[in-house]
Amino acid sequence: MTTAPVKETTNIGVSKPRVDVREKVTGAAIFTDDIQFGAALLYARVKRSPYPHAIIKRIDTSKAKAVPGVKVVVTGEDFPNRTGLYLRDRYIFARDRVRFVGEPVAGVAAVSEEIAQKAADLIEVEYEVLPGVHDPVYGASPEAPLLHPDLGNYEVPNFIFPVPNTNISNHFKVRKGDVDAAWSQCAAIVEHTFRVPHVQHVPIEPHVAIAQVDGDGNITLWASSQSPFAQRNLIAKSLNIPESKIRVIAPLIGGGFGSKAGITMEAIPVAIAMKAKGHPVKFRLTREEEFFTNFVRQGLVAKIKVGCDKDGRLLAIQNEMYWDGGGYTDYGVNITRAGGYSGSGPFDCPNVKIDSMCVYTNHPVGGAYRGFGMSEVHTGIIQAMHMLSEKIGMDFAEFLKLNVVQEGDKILTGMTMHKTGIKECIDKVTQAVNWGIKEPPSAPNKRRGKGLAVMWKAPAMPPNAGSSALVKLNEDASVTVLIGGQEIGQGSFTAMAQIAAETLGVPFEAVKVKGPIDTQYSPYEWQTVASRLTWSMGNAVRNAALDARKKIIDMVAEAWGEKPEDLDIKDGYVISYKTEESISLKDIVVYGIPKPDYNGWVGGPIVGSGNFMPTYVTGLDKETGQGERAVVHYTTGAQAVDLEVDLDTGQITILKAASAFDVGKAINPELVKSQIEGGFVQGMSSAIFEEMKLVNGVMQNPSFVDYRIATTADIPKVIEAYIVEAPQDDGPWGARGVGEHPMVPTIACLANAIYDATGVRVSNPPLSAEKIYLALLDAGVVK
Amino acid sequence: MSFHRIVLTVNGSTEQVDVPGNMTLLQMLREKLALTGTKNGCAAGECGACTVLMNGEPVNSCMVLAAECEGAEIVTVEGLAQDGQLDIVQQTIIEEGGVQCGFCTPGMLISARALLNRSPNPTEADIREALVGNLCRCTGYARIISAVKAAAQATQ
Repeated sequence: MTTAPVKETTNIGVSKPRVDVREKVTGAAIFTDDIQFGAALLYARVKRSPYPHAIIKRIDTSKAKAVPGVKVVVTGEDFPNRTGLYLRDRYIFARDRVRFVGEPVAGVAAVSEEIAQKAADLIEVEYEVLPGVHDPVYGASPEAPLLHPDLGNYEVPNFIFPVPNTNISNHFKVRKGDVDAAWSQCAAIVEHTFRVPHVQHVPIEPHVAIAQVDGDGNITLWASSQSPFAQRNLIAKSLNIPESKIRVIAPLIGGGFGSKAGITMEAIPVAIAMKAKGHPVKFRLTREEEFFTNFVRQGLVAKIKVGCDKDGRLLAIQNEMYWDGGGYTDYGVNITRAGGYSGSGPFDCPNVKIDSMCVYTNHPVGGAYRGFGMSEVHTGIIQAMHMLSEKIGMDFAEFLKLNVVQEGDKILTGMTMHKTGIKECIDKVTQAVNWGIKEPPSAPNKRRGKGLAVMWKAPAMPPNAGSSALVKLNEDASVTVLIGGQEIGQGSFTAMAQIAAETLGVPFEAVKVKGPIDTQYSPYEWQTVASRLTWSMGNAVRNAALDARKKIIDMVAEAWGEKPEDLDIKDGYVISYKTEESISLKDIVVYGIPKPDYNGWVGGPIVGSGNFMPTYVTGLDKETGQGERAVVHYTTGAQAVDLEVDLDTGQITILKAASAFDVGKAINPELVKSQIEGGFVQGMSSAIFEEMKLVNGVMQNPSFVDYRIATTADIPKVIEAYIVEAPQDDGPWGARGVGEHPMVPTIACLANAIYDATGVRVSNPPLSAEKIYLALLDAGVVK
Repeated sequence: MSFHRIVLTVNGSTEQVDVPGNMTLLQMLREKLALTGTKNGCAAGECGACTVLMNGEPVNSCMVLAAECEGAEIVTVEGLAQDGQLDIVQQTIIEEGGVQCGFCTPGMLISARALLNRSPNPTEADIREALVGNLCRCTGYARIISAVKAAAQATQ
């Protein structure tokens, strides 16, 4: 592949308007539930388990089948194959046993949603209730009942390590140096156990999927999906049919945050539609179902011990993590892995011991949630570092700058750290909040404090997750970019248009990037997850545009009898630096160019293709977690807040929040800042308000009234976003991802600020007013 | 099931619709009139994604029965732009970058329009209060609030 000539950039590092915005403000944008399917449409509803753990003794569907308007009733008996992204441990409908409240047991399709629900209610299921596991530490112990006796037989990739005959579905270990020998050399040691509760992604668009199966068994699935290709693959595996018989169409997504990655409820309409051939079958989750029947963010118990020498230099980090994986951990096992290989936090430390265990419990199923594993890990490790800096008597910003990972450091897994701007991020956010200056509160009943946190996160994915793209030129010199990555709100379509425009040499406005993603026509993309699109799909689009560019230039060179290196494309024209001739891309990119005197033609319709797949990621040793390069790269960042705590109510008011992330290169700075701001508020919401209240596996608060997320009333007075750019060696223009990272440090940042304000540490989110007030009362700060 | 024949105005156009007694205004807009710009986020009046103007007032259309809308004047997101000219709030939300996934956007725009109709020069506190019932999970709200401020300034 040729390298694009170095020239002035007009499309990169420029805040172009979103390509999808006009349709979104006019109501014209089509989301999955907006597609019209006509009179043959059936609606699916599901019978769910009311118990966290039970044997299914008997299912009687006769009453449901007798309801007028009911077309199909299915149970686990109909679908014997297991499914799952990283660990095939579950069925579409439970067979023999249920393992969480809300698990699908049977499904109904009927002419209306109302009739389907009525029929589902009439399905009789007899259970034998079993003792449950409701805590991951207990779940990992030999005393706990075994939830998956077949764990040892489940299909897993070679980087997941289940422990058969236990509830531990993945045990990821890091052994660097010797922590046990290091403790005696430490001048200060902090030991603390942190708990992070389950939370929900809460996309405003609930999950929805429609499936249709034709007479030949070809399946079409329309789904609000971050993973159309992964879903095609998983459905194929689960139903034992080839991928070519499945087509997944994914329109715009109304928020996903990981909940629409992998496969969850999408399999249900597919299964039902197989028994109702010809009918499209629509299944949408109610908001209540959205809260606990689909993927949730796993809970975590992290037992952390950290120590440093008298100068504050870190000597040892030990992090023993028990992830509350839920009834099935098909995605959770990889979250545990990511939590493990990043489990030290972004620190340079000679001795690190990590045990990251994914534990089956009788709780909702854990899945990917924006930066999976990272918010949870950083909640503990960053607070522990804050405690340690205080113990050794060092300013926290100085402590961080002394210990954060730098280029050339061997990180916990043995990988050599690449260039990173984390120190610059610390400087930016500390300056933004006047770090080190104690400022007065606004009222006598308030205490003011500042908090700081740093973070890192690598894309968590298989080593060979790939991207591909096509760049197609049209008669009017417009350019269509075909991709398989999704527009999920982050602005990927816009960034891809910028990359294609810049590479090809056409105006941004000439480039069209539009959904839906359609596995039948769109090029392959692994999944829209892991903050990987700008980097991975961006490389594929750039390569495809370079290919198209080369074809155009070769064509013109041949027609003009010139050398390709003397030609360039600018603003939609091919120009010759030698002869100063130019020709518009119009028409020639489809019809070719006539040779002199109409003595034949050169060229033809121009389509460029490109792909990208990292080829350098190595495995990690099962016992030590050591390997040459565990991940493709780490994005780092820092966050600081200035806040007040009201001593009468425990309520916090954030006066200012500042975040800085090293994105390598911001393709579109305003879109990057939007991610940073929105991510802060999502992180703040999870830090202050959010917790799935689970009592014996039953969620007590599955509604927006009882599970509050941040509103306009809650956001900080000032939210600042800073971009740092230490280029990524294999990113397009040096770019690396930032979509997930902004919410990762927020819980720790706020907890540190509350401590700074009050002298009281409330370490476990949610840092609710009630919890803060009770802690202040406990500590005698208020009476 | 009882059916009701209702006549109402939607985005300036007179519509006659036969609706079952339990059908909500949201369902009627989406399923009977194919106005799918108005979104269903919770069907419980808690998220604001289905906000429309009913006789000038913002309502959660999932909490209004269609049968109650006899004679009503409804404005949905599809009715904000006039002759292809975007409403000022639609323009400013684009300029300020207040749109990400776009699912809350229709309801957000309607609540903003309702605010500006009753209070052309709102304070930041007014804006925050007017939008407090519209949940957004992507943007963090700041750019949406700026957009409403900018819209108010532009029409001063």
